Amino acid sequence: MMLAWLIAIPAIGSVLAWPAARWQASAPRWITLAVLTLESLVLLQLWSSSSAPIDLTGRGNWIATLQVPWIPQLGIAFQLGLDGLSLLLILLTLGLGIISVVISWSEIGERIGFFHFNLLWTLAGTIGVFLALDLFLFFFTWEIMLVPMYFLIAIWGHENRTYAAIKFFLFTQGSGLLMLLAILALAFVHQRTTGTFTFDYFQLLGTKMQPATEMWIMLGFFIAFIVKLPAVPLHTWLPDAHTQAPTAGSVILAGVLLKTGAYGLLRFVVPLFPLAAIQFAPVAMLLGVIGIIYGALLAFGQNDLKRLVAYSSISHLGFVLLGIFAWNMLALQGVVVQMLAHGVSTGALFITAGVLQERLHTRDMRKFGGLWASLPRLSAIGMFFAIASLGLPGLGNFIGEFLILLGTYQAHPAFAVAGTLGVITAAAYALIMVQKTFHGPQQAAVPAPDFRARHMAVMAVLIAAIIWLGAYPQPIFDTAAPGLANLQTATQNGSPLADGEAR
Amino acid sequence: MSPELLAALPFLALSVTTVAVMLLIALRRDHRLAATATAIGLLAALIAAITVTLPAPVMLTPLLLIDGFTRFFLALVITVSIAVVLLSYAYLNRMEDEGPVEEYYLLLLLATLGATTLLASVHFASFFLGLETLSIALIGLIAYPVKQARAIEAGLKYLVLAGVSSAFLLFGIALIYLDFGTMSFTTLGRLWNTGQAPDDIYALSGFAMLLTGIGFKLSLVPFHMWAPDVYEGAPAPVTGFVAVVSKIAIFALLLRYFVLMDGYRFPSLLWVISLVAILSMLAGNLLALLQDNIKRIFAYSSIAHFGYVLVALLAGSTIAVQAASYYLTAYAVTTLGAFGVVALLSRPGIGHDADRLETYRGLMWSHPWLAGALAVLLLSLAGLPPTMGFVAEVYVIASGVGMQLVLPLAALIVGSVIGLYYYLRVVIVLLSPTPGVEASPVGPELSLTSGATLGALVVLLVTLGIYPAPLISGVQHATAGLVLSRTNFRAADIAAAPHSRVIWSSSGANQ
Repeated sequence: MMLAWLIAIPAIGSVLAWPAARWQASAPRWITLAVLTLESLVLLQLWSSSSAPIDLTGRGNWIATLQVPWIPQLGIAFQLGLDGLSLLLILLTLGLGIISVVISWSEIGERIGFFHFNLLWTLAGTIGVFLALDLFLFFFTWEIMLVPMYFLIAIWGHENRTYAAIKFFLFTQGSGLLMLLAILALAFVHQRTTGTFTFDYFQLLGTKMQPATEMWIMLGFFIAFIVKLPAVPLHTWLPDAHTQAPTAGSVILAGVLLKTGAYGLLRFVVPLFPLAAIQFAPVAMLLGVIGIIYGALLAFGQNDLKRLVAYSSISHLGFVLLGIFAWNMLALQGVVVQMLAHGVSTGALFITAGVLQERLHTRDMRKFGGLWASLPRLSAIGMFFAIASLGLPGLGNFIGEFLILLGTYQAHPAFAVAGTLGVITAAAYALIMVQKTFHGPQQAAVPAPDFRARHMAVMAVLIAAIIWLGAYPQPIFDTAAPGLANLQTATQNGSPLADGEAR
Repeated sequence: MSPELLAALPFLALSVTTVAVMLLIALRRDHRLAATATAIGLLAALIAAITVTLPAPVMLTPLLLIDGFTRFFLALVITVSIAVVLLSYAYLNRMEDEGPVEEYYLLLLLATLGATTLLASVHFASFFLGLETLSIALIGLIAYPVKQARAIEAGLKYLVLAGVSSAFLLFGIALIYLDFGTMSFTTLGRLWNTGQAPDDIYALSGFAMLLTGIGFKLSLVPFHMWAPDVYEGAPAPVTGFVAVVSKIAIFALLLRYFVLMDGYRFPSLLWVISLVAILSMLAGNLLALLQDNIKRIFAYSSIAHFGYVLVALLAGSTIAVQAASYYLTAYAVTTLGAFGVVALLSRPGIGHDADRLETYRGLMWSHPWLAGALAVLLLSLAGLPPTMGFVAEVYVIASGVGMQLVLPLAALIVGSVIGLYYYLRVVIVLLSPTPGVEASPVGPELSLTSGATLGALVVLLVTLGIYPAPLISGVQHATAGLVLSRTNFRAADIAAAPHSRVIWSSSGANQ
């Protein structure tokens, strides 16, 4: 029952936050903060009681599950499940959610109620995506999170917001409909072999299919998820959406929404279609490597700070795609850490860019230069996260990339070698960003104030998180391991792709 | 009471109300009185349609069949009519200085009666009777604001359309009668399905003409030209009625006819319908992109939506018949709500309704409730959760996937992505921070009836979008009989020798 509350709390909170603006201008902010804190407490309570995950017969290790009938006529149930993987991602969602509220405290001055309504609604949808174990429910929540995100970009975004919002929506919705076709096709194939029409994840696992059918259905899911991830060549919505969104929108988009694509690949694509995934793995890994290098090169070429960070996301998530299709425990643990670290570091970079935009009214790096002298705190923190982003040992991204490359090397050495190039190109774009923005001759007189206490507090949390991920990731591994084991047992006998060694 | 009388109660209630309202108007002209009497009469018909339990389907003469399917759509159509009355009341109140308004309700009742006859008909005679009753009343309704050129123009266009489509239908019916010697759907189905149907050009052209006539009424591409003009010119509540009641009644009839005839065994027929469906989905959505008038946008979107329902008709499985029924319900609630918003914002007398897109600029900030309702309705039209439109779209796609209708599904996906674009465009306009150049003519004195109706529609839309199980079980119950009748035919089909062709005159002459 706790799991239903995880979705219900932000949903109810959103309905409270909207009208609260009439009563007092900043009331929605406090309500949103309170709601997200309450939600975090519920989640932490679930985590602390998770020392012994329940082993449901034949279903793997789950911290908590819930199943109530929803549309029984069509075999649809309201079915949720929380394992280590979902827990970590929801934790990231909540953390970045709280941070988004704090950083938009001064940035969002209009329609505060509606802003927080949308923010909470997106978060509720995302949490639903991470929990859903019924494919119809999954699709429902997948769609739920889009509309409010669209509003966030379209109303509070920057100069070219309408174009970016519509592009974002059409890409994700179009691919989402492909996924719907795939979900329904899977349900019908399952009905043909077993006689029951159902959307239950556990029943659909191990559905017998013709290889060609399996490949087609798998592709339907795969395309939807790599649009979201995003992987080249379906990434073109991302630079626009991330650049035009308000800071909180960028943080949620990059930190949380992109992870739903990775989560979908982990939870659904490989376990549901193990044979097709083996066949397709080289292609997917190639797309991952292309994403790593192409994203990094384009990031290097940008003048717009937010665009640079956006392209760096494509590069980082290329590693995630690579690691998922390596499908051994090392690579999967790397994927989990990479997702968390990317959420933290990219979130921090977007916040830095957002503050610069708010203060200097531009994102063009050619007009920055030499900011260190006038904005020392902001510049130091910006440099810290740029370096985290390039994968400095001791910080989270390093652990993620290292484990992914190690795991990939076991499965497909060639892709690992190619992926390593991405580490070099990352250094190039991260350093050029630091160089152009913070160093060099001062371009313009900057009357703008530095980070204030509110931003410093946020940044302190993020810095602590990224150092923790880099220096002592063992608790993350321990939490994620049972969940990842679930996925691997679903594909039977561990890795379909290589002889993965459990850590 | 005998089951026949019980089954006929909704029709009797409607007929009695029509006469009563007519007499009432003759005795005393009072807008409120006429509207109240109409609403009460419709409510009585609705209660009769819902509460009366029939042990088995009842044939009222060879013309009308009252079964679960009929009663489901009866309830839907009458509910929609009640909502239209409630929405019209405030609209007409603002129109009173243009002339008497009471006859409007008379026409509305007649149109409803025609639509309900269509729903129950299993015979070409009642089909045509119902259709004409509906169409002629609609002409009057569309051109009701007689002092407005656009309304008159729309009425004339609808008149021409109704005439043309009736001509096609009549000719088709005549050709079919020539071939089969019967006008009863069930007899036709039996002849057709036991291999006794003559296989010549008359029957084929008859069906083609029939489909053409129906295509006109449903404004499917390529018979859609009239829809945007009529939708734009008619008063907003009437547009809602045309878009919902007349289309749903005709589609329900088409569904029953097609399933009874088991049209699924004729690839050529399926190809033609596939083509019409694909064209409707693509052309409807593409043309909607070009519009700046919200009523025209809804007109094109309605064309596309009937393309989507045709996909369910094409699939024809048990789940598809349910999907079509659910889709029509969702469409009814959504479309009615959309035109309800337009009606609420409109000021009759300035020559046009509040249909310019400019009028809606920034509405979210000046009238948050109204704009919020419109936004939810647009989400439903776009097939996004948490609305009925989402469930309906999934249902229809599911029926298509179950029958592997690759091309129509591809068109559906492409069409609905295009559709998103213009729905979002309207939403963007609603959300835009500055009010438009053309300052909104609105100060909608939110009348209680319209506001409450709209609120009820939106609540229904969201509730049945989040928890659709009750409606789905209702739909399953309602369509069970229809699907069963086809199964019986198929059984009879297997029993009959495949080549036992009998000359039509000997088998069909006495029907």
